Amino acid sequence: MITAERKPLDELLAMLEGKDKVLVAGCDTCVAVCLTGGEKEAEILASELRIKAKADGRSVQIEHTSAIRQCEWEYLDMIAGKVAEFPVVLSMACGIGIQSMAEKFADTYVLPAVNTNMLGMPQEHAVWLERCGACGDCVLADTGGICPVVRCSKSLMNGPCGGSHAGLCEVTGPNKEEIPCAWALIYDKLMAQGRQEKLMEITPPKDWSKSSSGGPRKMVREEAKPV
Amino acid sequence: MADHDFEPEIIVFACHYCAYAAADLAGSMRLQYPTNIRMIKLPCTGKLEIIHLLKALEAGADGVYAAGCMEGECHYLKGNLWARKRVEYAKTLLVELGIEPERVEMYNMSSAMGARFAEVANEFTERIRQLGPSPLRGDGAALDVVPATVAATAEEGQPT
Amino acid sequence: MKSGSNLEKIFEAGKFAVTAECGPPKSADGNVIVDKAKLLSGVVDAANITDNQTAVVRLCSMVSAHLAADNGLEPIMQMTCRDRNRLAMQADILGAAALGIKNILCLTGDHGCFGNHPQAKGVFDLDSIQLIRMYKNMRDEKIFDCGEEISVAPQLYIGCAENPFADPFEFRALRLQKKVNAGVDFIQTQCIFNIPKFKKWMEEVRALGLHKEVRIMAGLTPLKGAGMAKYMKNFVPGMDVPDEIVERMAAVEKGEPQQAEGKKIAVEMIKELAEVEGVAGVHIMAVEWEIAVPEIVAAAGLSPRPAVA
Repeated sequence: MITAERKPLDELLAMLEGKDKVLVAGCDTCVAVCLTGGEKEAEILASELRIKAKADGRSVQIEHTSAIRQCEWEYLDMIAGKVAEFPVVLSMACGIGIQSMAEKFADTYVLPAVNTNMLGMPQEHAVWLERCGACGDCVLADTGGICPVVRCSKSLMNGPCGGSHAGLCEVTGPNKEEIPCAWALIYDKLMAQGRQEKLMEITPPKDWSKSSSGGPRKMVREEAKPV
Repeated sequence: MADHDFEPEIIVFACHYCAYAAADLAGSMRLQYPTNIRMIKLPCTGKLEIIHLLKALEAGADGVYAAGCMEGECHYLKGNLWARKRVEYAKTLLVELGIEPERVEMYNMSSAMGARFAEVANEFTERIRQLGPSPLRGDGAALDVVPATVAATAEEGQPT
Repeated sequence: MKSGSNLEKIFEAGKFAVTAECGPPKSADGNVIVDKAKLLSGVVDAANITDNQTAVVRLCSMVSAHLAADNGLEPIMQMTCRDRNRLAMQADILGAAALGIKNILCLTGDHGCFGNHPQAKGVFDLDSIQLIRMYKNMRDEKIFDCGEEISVAPQLYIGCAENPFADPFEFRALRLQKKVNAGVDFIQTQCIFNIPKFKKWMEEVRALGLHKEVRIMAGLTPLKGAGMAKYMKNFVPGMDVPDEIVERMAAVEKGEPQQAEGKKIAVEMIKELAEVEGVAGVHIMAVEWEIAVPEIVAAAGLSPRPAVA
């Protein structure tokens, strides 16, 4: 799913400086599933902002709402009435939802409450790991189901590099967490599948023009378009 | 600096099986505990959500605590462990908001511990007295929202 | 002869090659390289000119290589996949060739998080194996990566690095095979301290016949002190430094004596590595200690360097 992490409080407060009438808008799909921006989290954030305002002696009107999915016009219709009451909306949806809100509610000042960070999955409850690079040219068939674009720190197509050690990447996470070497995983998987010869094939340079590097992408289902 | 003239307004979320029973027992034992505390009965402290703690503070409570069963003895097995986790998280939010994290707390007691119930009530009230009124009180005005609105998000109950 | 570089000629003549490493300065002062070049000129057959090593910005490899060549030191220009896309890498190799630079070392590159600009976007358009093949095709097939013809192709001697001590260990000899298949001419290994483990790797390499298809240079880093030995053992990932070496360094007094011991160990190692079948040369990485190289090369019996036609 798309995952996001709430921006630090001081960044939000800086964004909201001077804005006293704010609607915190949650989204009940991806960001709710990753426990960042669903209705529950929107209610909590609204409460936090009210507490802060009160403690500082400021008078504010901060409420919350939530859309089933902020990236669909029909679901935004359902909260349009509430949104219309507020000049500022602090959206907890992913970047897609935030932009949809901004486009639909053109007169509203829509702000991002979160940093959308990855296409990830919960390896275990409450832990999300990046899995897909949305590169537009999936090679998972060749790598035993492990993405070299986004699980290898250098997006190698013919890894591992010389920094792979004991199954770990030379890069560690922001808090020094260990990162598994994607190519060590790919090596193990292909060996287990009896596909050693795949490891010796030289994968040619990737066509990055199919990724966002080639420009913003568009997808159309002609057969599904209304007549 | 502590304002020793004010009377703390404290919300207590007590679980039906242990803490609330302990409160009843304290009453039967005629133990003295401050009238500053206002109890909200929950089936289990596991029902407590972070928003309840925040709303209590928003409503103007100077302090909030949850009282549940002893760890390992929760009637619903792990509810009190969840409650403790949420109280700890709420403390981190308060730090971010510039409010003393000591204003929220988690306590554990069994239904037989009437004395402990009274002790905790005394202890926490004194703690809040030292901390002073909640910064949300502004000029120190009394609680501006009746706890009923807080209780509306949980199960309401008043000790007899 | 693929490029006619001095390094290539040394190998072709069956001589044991000696290369060193030259770090460009973190400034616009080309004289730093000029001085290092003059120090190493005639001492080694060629020297690597590093390319934003450990993702720290330094005077670029191509210009430093050019300055080195102008001052009597044959350069081995380095190119990492971290800082350039395939357009820049092709453009730069044409530029290098136009300047007469012949040796090129193709590297993936240390991740940017290790350097002084961790917020920069890592390019990684290609990996080192794709880079080797791209340069080979430019030289031999005379085509760009897109397939278009190159009227005047670059004459290159293509090298890369290999780390016999990285994981998965079972794959390391095969990875070298992959680089040979891609078209590499010579390889330099990561610095060796654990000679038995290196010998094991060489066994596997020889079993694949790779030592006959590519020139293998054993990498070496002379230790400047016991502190350095301990640091490399404990804090540098993938570095395998046996306890005996740390103990030997620590047994001697700090300063001059430890430096002397470090050089002594280096010389012993060079002599032992030169005896390993399939090792065609030694690559001395005296990090910010280039000054120790002439002494080490001489003590190892490798001076003077042969002149080759």
